[in-house]
Amino acid sequence: MTPVLELRGITKRFPGVVANDHIDLKLEAGEIHALLGENGAGKTTLMNVLYGLYSPDEGEIIVKGKRLVPKSPSDAIAAGIGMVHQHFMLVPVFTVTENVMLGDEYVTKGGLLDRKRAAARIREISDKYNLFVDPDAYIKDTPVGIQQRVEIIKLLFREADILIMDEPTAVLTPQEADELFKIMGNLSKMGKSIIFITHKLREVLEFSDRITVIRGGKVMGTTTPAEANQNLLASMMVGRDIELDVNKKPAQAGEKVLEVTGLTVADAHNHLVVKGVSFDVRAGEILGIAGVQGNGQTELVRAITGLMHPVEGKISILGQDTTRAAPKEIIELGTAHIPEDRQKDGLVLPYPIMDNLVLNTFYKPPFAKGAMLQEEPIRENANQLVERFDIRTPSIETQVGSLSGGNQQKVIVAREFSRPIKFLVASQPTRGLDVGSIEYIHHRLVEKRDDGCAVLLVSTELDEIMQLSDRIAVIFGGKIIKILPAKGTTKEEIGLLMAGVDTETQKPVSQPVPVG
Amino acid sequence: MTDNKEMTPPPADNSVKPEKAAKPNALNIFLEEVSRNSLTVTILAILTGLLLGGLVAVLTTETVYSSFRTSFGLGFREVFRVFGITYSALFTGSFGQPDVIRAAIASRDWQQINTALSPFFESLVQSTPYILAGLAVALGFRVGLFNIGAEGQIFVGALAAVWAGTRIHGLPPIIHAPLALLVGGLGGAIWGFIPGWLKAKTGAHEVINTIMMNYIAFRLSEYLLTGFLKDPTKAHPISATVDTAAWLPRLFPNPNRFHVGFFIALIMAYLVYLLLFKTTLGFQLRTVGLNPNAARYAGMSIVKNTVLAMALSGLLAGLAGANEVLGVNRNLGVAFSSGYGFDSIALALLGNSHPLGVVLASLLFGFLRNGALRMQLQAGIPIDIISIMQAAILAFIAAPGIIRTIYRLKEPKEESGSPLLTAARKGQAQ
Repeated sequence: MTPVLELRGITKRFPGVVANDHIDLKLEAGEIHALLGENGAGKTTLMNVLYGLYSPDEGEIIVKGKRLVPKSPSDAIAAGIGMVHQHFMLVPVFTVTENVMLGDEYVTKGGLLDRKRAAARIREISDKYNLFVDPDAYIKDTPVGIQQRVEIIKLLFREADILIMDEPTAVLTPQEADELFKIMGNLSKMGKSIIFITHKLREVLEFSDRITVIRGGKVMGTTTPAEANQNLLASMMVGRDIELDVNKKPAQAGEKVLEVTGLTVADAHNHLVVKGVSFDVRAGEILGIAGVQGNGQTELVRAITGLMHPVEGKISILGQDTTRAAPKEIIELGTAHIPEDRQKDGLVLPYPIMDNLVLNTFYKPPFAKGAMLQEEPIRENANQLVERFDIRTPSIETQVGSLSGGNQQKVIVAREFSRPIKFLVASQPTRGLDVGSIEYIHHRLVEKRDDGCAVLLVSTELDEIMQLSDRIAVIFGGKIIKILPAKGTTKEEIGLLMAGVDTETQKPVSQPVPVG
Repeated sequence: MTDNKEMTPPPADNSVKPEKAAKPNALNIFLEEVSRNSLTVTILAILTGLLLGGLVAVLTTETVYSSFRTSFGLGFREVFRVFGITYSALFTGSFGQPDVIRAAIASRDWQQINTALSPFFESLVQSTPYILAGLAVALGFRVGLFNIGAEGQIFVGALAAVWAGTRIHGLPPIIHAPLALLVGGLGGAIWGFIPGWLKAKTGAHEVINTIMMNYIAFRLSEYLLTGFLKDPTKAHPISATVDTAAWLPRLFPNPNRFHVGFFIALIMAYLVYLLLFKTTLGFQLRTVGLNPNAARYAGMSIVKNTVLAMALSGLLAGLAGANEVLGVNRNLGVAFSSGYGFDSIALALLGNSHPLGVVLASLLFGFLRNGALRMQLQAGIPIDIISIMQAAILAFIAAPGIIRTIYRLKEPKEESGSPLLTAARKGQAQ
């Protein structure tokens, strides 16, 4: 049987790097083919070549036996190739139908938009593949999981039969992700072929038919879930043995470092998003806050770190009331913060690494003498930290913005961990990072805990919470609905709590899941 | 309260984006775009702008058309003649006439040399307020602030300097002149402080407020020059002449108006450089400019830095106004309006918001403007051609795609990662 899609010897060079080095890939009809690789391995470049966004320097693309030279995405779409990007391309104030039609509008004889016909078609597609999408709903009112399905419908609407999904689960809750995989299963049963880009090993092993691992722009091999296992795939991806499980000693919890009582926080639109939350974190333990994105974690962290002032309640760090303290006071108490959005809050991307490494200590000796910055100590510091924290960069003057996500995160970790800290807030510390960097950051977090630092870990990755935490607090609808010891608690239990279902009564907790 | 620090409207919060890139404001995006221009593009933009100005000069000269009506050859000759005279007058107007200079040097007569070289020095005199005002806008840019109010701050600086120069008496020059200059700077600083404070405290956008402050400054100057500061012996609204003690000393006899203000401007440029790139305060200012979120996260005060930056920006613009009053005009009339404040936005862009770049750009504009006077007198080419040249240069700087297309230059290579973020330490590397 001829494959529906074949990539032969695709090579794409950028100045200084070969992003794709003679990549061969075959996609059979109706298969789910996982493309696995670390960030920067060349997965996205390869898909952009296929989608007509880059033209390859060498190699050819064969679709259903015919050679395709896509000059732009529209060529790729015409050949039946569709892509669901990691960031959705939807207009929030339009309905599902309007979004799907966008660029391929149905028109009535009078030249007006024919929403009815399009909606009918969408309903048909939705029923066929069990997508449960309401064509008349507005995008802004639909949950992320459904938005993704709208993106899929867009492709099906244009009769794509090769679907590329770029990190589709990055934005989903575990439950939504499971739903997505069911849908992908349906699609493949109906003859659609799917390439699914990821760096999550579990998904690959559970849901794909075949797996191709890419490292450094080269294909490391193609295998099947039956033949592979997590450690093998991780080693193939990273090129060395990977220790995925974090071995940690039992926590030696000490005094209370963070104490939060009755904390209520409003977001930028004045909606209460954290509602009367109380908990504490002790020295030498990791308290994990588990929850689906958008349940108040962001604001909770911002309130604790002084970036937002709470409406009510009290926060104290090391016995000092910091409820309305400025970020600087909180930092000076010995608080470190790995922010949720490293590019927005944690780094000044156009600055060189050396400047980012002193972003919150620049005014202290030895980095400053009086009003003047001292370049030598700043360089010295950068050289040391780049070495110690294994930041992969051509030089300390390289802009942080041009580093990979993992190395950007290491810059933050290096900065925050290199000063004496007693309390660490780590918000989504490994989001979007590859296996190697995740391993590294996890070990560092546990190391800090063992040094007697109190760690507040906020993550939407259930695996991460389960692996690292000593105690787990589940946040839902702005409230902490339960705090459990990590030992003896199952993933399913936490997963249900995250979805707002109380594990004892099996009944939903009052609030619905807020979106966005 | 919504977050007004962004110029772009907040996107509807509909999806969870884990790897969202920092969202700089529209000004930052534009500045980053401009700062990616290579030196080649900048130089080509300047040359092309100059060429375009000459072309407009030709197209707007009546004799060109009449010559073409006579014969084609004559028409072409006239085209070349106008081209030639435009540039040669521009050159001799801004640098002096080479043969006159040669003759003067040969004569060894000090006064003759002084006169022959005076066009060159006059260009420096013209550049001085440009440097100061350009620094004002550049400093704002570095902190992510668009200070359109330099014009108003120049006015207030000039008013304050005139007040200090005409109402304070009996001080020795060594004190009076610096004092008057400083008072002028403070006047501008207050004018910058107000919109800065409004922005920091209420989120009111500085573009709107500096424009409004400009109007207030214009009307304030009319009010004061027809009343409080008016020279009672004159019929028209003009201030009294500043005390000689408050004059910025001229270094050469007439007609050479070169005064110490030029050196003050250069010193200010160096100080701004030190401030921005070598001090902890500058580090904070630049951080606030490039990523206010990260600045807050790192414990820096957005309010303090915004207000301070606007006040410093106003101070520099105020010095530009004081410099003109104390060094050149020595009094202040209602028609003082120079346009320096608006040109300074162009200068900051042209100079990539770097003090050295601003100085170079200011010299260019100063020489052009001074040369244009000569061009108008000698060649009958309207002085407005210079505005066209300046505008064209700026347009090419702001839209480098045009220059790259004309000269078939390659697009700058985008580094991996976001294209917004490629403006290295360009500022410092210059």
